Amino acid sequence: GILSLSLPLSLSLCLACCLSLCLSLCLSLSLSLSQEKQYVGFATLPNQVHRKSVKKGFDFTLMVAGESGMGKSTLVNSLFLTDLYKDRKLLNSEERINQTVEIIKHTVDIEEKGVKLKLTIVDTPGFGDAVNNNECWKPITDYIDQQFEQYFRDESGLNRKNIQDNRVHCCLYFIPPFGHGLRPVDVEFMKALHEKVNVVPLIAKADCLTPNEIKKLKDRVREEIERFGIKVYQFPECDSDEDEEFKQLDKELKECCPLAVIGSNTVVETRGQRVRGRLYPWGIVEVENQSHCDFVKLRNMLIRSHMHDLKDVTCDVHYENYRAQCIQDMTSKLTQDNRMESPIPILPLSTPDVETDRLIKMKDEELARMQEMLNKMQQQIHDGKDQ
Amino acid sequence: MSEVAVPEMMMPPPAMPAAFQVEKPVPGPGMGDFSYVGIDAILEQMRRKAMKQGFELNIMVVGQSGLGKSTLMNTLFKSKVSRKSVQATSQEKIPKTIDIKSVSHDIEEKGVRMKLTVIDTPGFGDQINNENCWQPIMKFINAQYEQYLQEEININRKKRIPDSRVHCCIYFIPPTGHCLRPLDVEFMRRLSKVVNIVPVIAKADTLTLEERDFFKQKIREELRANGIDVYPQKEFDEDAEDRMINDKIREMIPFAVVGSDQEYQVNGRRLLGRKTKWGTIEVENIAHCEFAYLRDLLIRTHMENIKDITSSIHYEVYRVRRLNENNTAIPCPPCPMIPHFPLKPL
Repeated sequence: GILSLSLPLSLSLCLACCLSLCLSLCLSLSLSLSQEKQYVGFATLPNQVHRKSVKKGFDFTLMVAGESGMGKSTLVNSLFLTDLYKDRKLLNSEERINQTVEIIKHTVDIEEKGVKLKLTIVDTPGFGDAVNNNECWKPITDYIDQQFEQYFRDESGLNRKNIQDNRVHCCLYFIPPFGHGLRPVDVEFMKALHEKVNVVPLIAKADCLTPNEIKKLKDRVREEIERFGIKVYQFPECDSDEDEEFKQLDKELKECCPLAVIGSNTVVETRGQRVRGRLYPWGIVEVENQSHCDFVKLRNMLIRSHMHDLKDVTCDVHYENYRAQCIQDMTSKLTQDNRMESPIPILPLSTPDVETDRLIKMKDEELARMQEMLNKMQQQIHDGKDQ
Repeated sequence: MSEVAVPEMMMPPPAMPAAFQVEKPVPGPGMGDFSYVGIDAILEQMRRKAMKQGFELNIMVVGQSGLGKSTLMNTLFKSKVSRKSVQATSQEKIPKTIDIKSVSHDIEEKGVRMKLTVIDTPGFGDQINNENCWQPIMKFINAQYEQYLQEEININRKKRIPDSRVHCCIYFIPPTGHCLRPLDVEFMRRLSKVVNIVPVIAKADTLTLEERDFFKQKIREELRANGIDVYPQKEFDEDAEDRMINDKIREMIPFAVVGSDQEYQVNGRRLLGRKTKWGTIEVENIAHCEFAYLRDLLIRTHMENIKDITSSIHYEVYRVRRLNENNTAIPCPPCPMIPHFPLKPL
């Protein structure tokens, strides 16, 4: 009887054990299986973004600023292998006497290997050309602010489907190679713009300097930029997982700033090759020869490696600064206006503390006493009159 | 000194002794040496006196900082004559107002002594607001004229009045390649009336030959359009020969110059130049730049003419204006028509 009972018990116990064992085994099996199934697949997101961006295309707004004759147009044409200034008419000196700083936009659509770029070049003719150049950067800062304002409005609006981004992503500032460093107008311009746009200073027409002179000038300009507290565009630090070659290039780039550039609209033949360059009686300057100038470094930086970072810094830093400042201005203006209309303060008064309470009570009592005395005096006078 | 192929128009001054080898008329039969008086020997006397006295030359250099003014002066006179040679500071700082700095040097060549004064104007055109930056320079030039005038009208005059008048003003145009800037036009328009202006394109090694020609043409057009008369002025040409020589010069100005005070080895010779990664620019090679033409103009052929125009035209204009301004202040001889002392009876 008992034996017969215990047998199924033990059996069931055994079974239970077995079952649990099985279960746990099964569980662990399924766990390992699902770990593989835990691959969700969002690692493909960058590819999707890539595909979408390629479909949408990129845009980039580049501003060039500097005195007339620094080779800005030539450099832009050399950088983007276009001829943006075909129909340009240069003013002569009489016309320049009354010239003010203008802002001119050239837009060109470039496509390369299926990637579309809508490039906008913002030109600033007239900058620094007059006899009196006081505040000649004002039209430029106004333009940049206007683009921010337009974006801010669009962003805060109801229909945000097709916001056009005209914000200036980078400003190339051309420093003349003739001086001994930065001139007052260079310093003032860069300081007016360094908190609104990414300023990249360049040494223009570098083919009039010997290698020694270039080095001296770069050192001088770097030292003056630091001394005057000018915040030029800083290249972001390399990620630690980048390959050595990239790190080396990045290091070289940082040491070369400000970049000394040469541009050319003409093709010359040298060493059996046709290259972009300038033909002099004493030799040929090749624009893309790294031992001649830093043009290749500029092109790589601007287009091939740092274009996206320039856009990011514009959106995340400069635009946000503008937006925060704008909002602050608006609210302070609002409170100012309100204060004019009603004496009731908008902000809640802070709760008075105990000490102030006591003082107020004291003053109240004093006032009450004085009022009583006055009343008494008045009464006496009144009585005196009657007598 | 390296020899440069000097173009025809810049005829080197004839070697002095040869000028005096006069053809003595062959004495005819029965004639003594009567027909040769010897007047021409005066040239030799003048030359000897000039050598003893020495020459004075005052050159002013005007232009923005960094255009190579001091280097060019050093290159022109093959010695360190600029203000930087006497200035101890190596750091270039842009002064807040225009400084006028005069540095004098005595240089000698083949027995001829010259007191060269280089007048530098650091700070010109370097500020953000350059309005009236030409005023200190005008003031300086007029002050030199005034000083000379005061010496001249003195009762006891010095035998040789020291000449500090600015003979020539070299104006440095930055090589933008487009056209003159408003500042350039304003300056040259005002100063061409009081001093000889020689415009040069500075640091011309940044322009290719075509760009250089285009730029020069543009500049010449604009000078004409603004009525700016630079040296050599058309109205001061004395005769047809002068005009011919000067016309050739006028077609070449402004000279595109490159300066250097460093020597490099080129083709076995030591030459002044600038060495870059793509070649060496030879300063005195006329295929490279026009420094040689400028040097010839200023020193070898037209130096006397420059001084002459300064003293006989610019200075005279100043003097007449001053005399008319202040009729009583400056002693003047009375009008010769009115006798101011009684005639002695015969």
